[in-house]
Amino acid sequence: MAAAGAGLTEVGSEADNTAITFSLKDEDHTLGNALRYILNKDPRVAFCGYSVPHPSEQRVNVRVQTTGESARTVFKSALSDLAVLCNHVKAAFEKAVEEHKAEQGVEPIEVDEESD
Amino acid sequence: MDTEKKKKKKAAAAAQEAAGASTKLPQHLQDQKTRVFCASDAPTYQNVSYSGAYMASRIDDSLNMADFVKNLKVEIKSLTEEEMVFDIIGIDPAIANAFRRILIAEVPTMAIEKVFVVDNTSVVQDEVLAHRLGLVPLKVDPRNFEYRTEADNATEKNTIVFRLKKRCWEEGPKGAETRVNEKVYSSDLEWLPLGSELPPDEETKFTAFNAPQTAPGGQPIAPTHPDIVLAKLRKRHEVELEAHAVKGVGKEHAKWSPVATAAYRLLPEVILKEDIRGDEADELVRKCPVHVFDIEDLGPDGKRATVARPRDCTLCRECIREEGWEEKVALRRVKDHFIFSIESTGALRPEELFTEAIKILTDKCEKVLADLF
Ligand code: SF4
Repeated sequence: MAAAGAGLTEVGSEADNTAITFSLKDEDHTLGNALRYILNKDPRVAFCGYSVPHPSEQRVNVRVQTTGESARTVFKSALSDLAVLCNHVKAAFEKAVEEHKAEQGVEPIEVDEESD
Repeated sequence: MDTEKKKKKKAAAAAQEAAGASTKLPQHLQDQKTRVFCASDAPTYQNVSYSGAYMASRIDDSLNMADFVKNLKVEIKSLTEEEMVFDIIGIDPAIANAFRRILIAEVPTMAIEKVFVVDNTSVVQDEVLAHRLGLVPLKVDPRNFEYRTEADNATEKNTIVFRLKKRCWEEGPKGAETRVNEKVYSSDLEWLPLGSELPPDEETKFTAFNAPQTAPGGQPIAPTHPDIVLAKLRKRHEVELEAHAVKGVGKEHAKWSPVATAAYRLLPEVILKEDIRGDEADELVRKCPVHVFDIEDLGPDGKRATVARPRDCTLCRECIREEGWEEKVALRRVKDHFIFSIESTGALRPEELFTEAIKILTDKCEKVLADLF
């Protein structure tokens, strides 16, 4: 067991780095399930599941078992993948909103301040 | 040498083509992967999340960013100041649900948290009145404010102060009096940009503003809706209090939730398995309570039922309830097509709320990543 950062504990064996449970403090299904999805879609992952040990404890455990790669590396890449994915959804959403506003012609009317 | 290279290229291309040809799942598996089937008894949702599940068909089901970027589509269906409906296509429920959960519970707003009651002779008890005040949505951008912890002083950066003072009396000739100030409205909350005006007592200094608060746009900070009744008064009843609003998130208390609703549903798909003609077509059109089906006139060939508005289908399954109809009509949902609707309580526009929600999920990832190093 190793304490990495303030909000994160890792439970695993010193000898085998391919299986680790990451315990995230102050997180819940929101991040747990999203990470579970990303990790399950990673071919290096043999098993991944998450659980909230108790509903009144603000914590989620994510279990990662890999086919050989370090579980930490795989977990890290899942986190950055999720961030990249979010950024892309954001860009696509903002573009769609802009296009919709342009189409509807509800662009905020520019107030001509020089005509004062 | 050159020819050899060419040969190799050709062989590689051929191999790719062959692989391409086999990268299609058998139809029944493809359907199972992408659709929810709604039979007359119950829907079936088969969820296969493992990336190697279709390896037998030589299909790699792992998440590929390039493909994700290519396949993701966002279409705005309607957008107003308060409400929006949009489609997100090509996303997994785990991600869509994360956005929905964050919208409800983790996008911050400002709400009244502390109420200092000077006088309250109305029939509404102090604590009930305070609770009602807490639930009043405020039209103020929470991004301009900081969170306040127990240790912090109330400053212009973390607290908004409102005063409420109203007294009811009667006017007019005896026997035909009319009541003045019969109701306390949310519009009676008066913003105090200089902070609390209550005299500090020995323990409590109510606020410690260093500078007057400013509101962008020059409009005073006020509730979103001016016409929320907070209490009713009778003759000589009076309410005098000060309400302090702070920043918070919906998971602590629903009053901080920035949305009235944030929900999604999967796109319904209605399929006619065979041609439905004549009286049967009329019957089908009559069956559907939301008018999903239309009649197509084929001239001398009679008429035929068509699926005209599948998006309106509520999956009530009325059209397949009766004996024999399940063989004619198939009801499904598209698993990766989310119809999202967001209704804001007024602090931020719905499209801003959604971008804020995405940012929060990104921040969560980055926070954990930072902890990992
Ligand atoms: S399931 Fe209900 S709403 Fe949908 S097409 Fe059938 S009858 Fe209409």
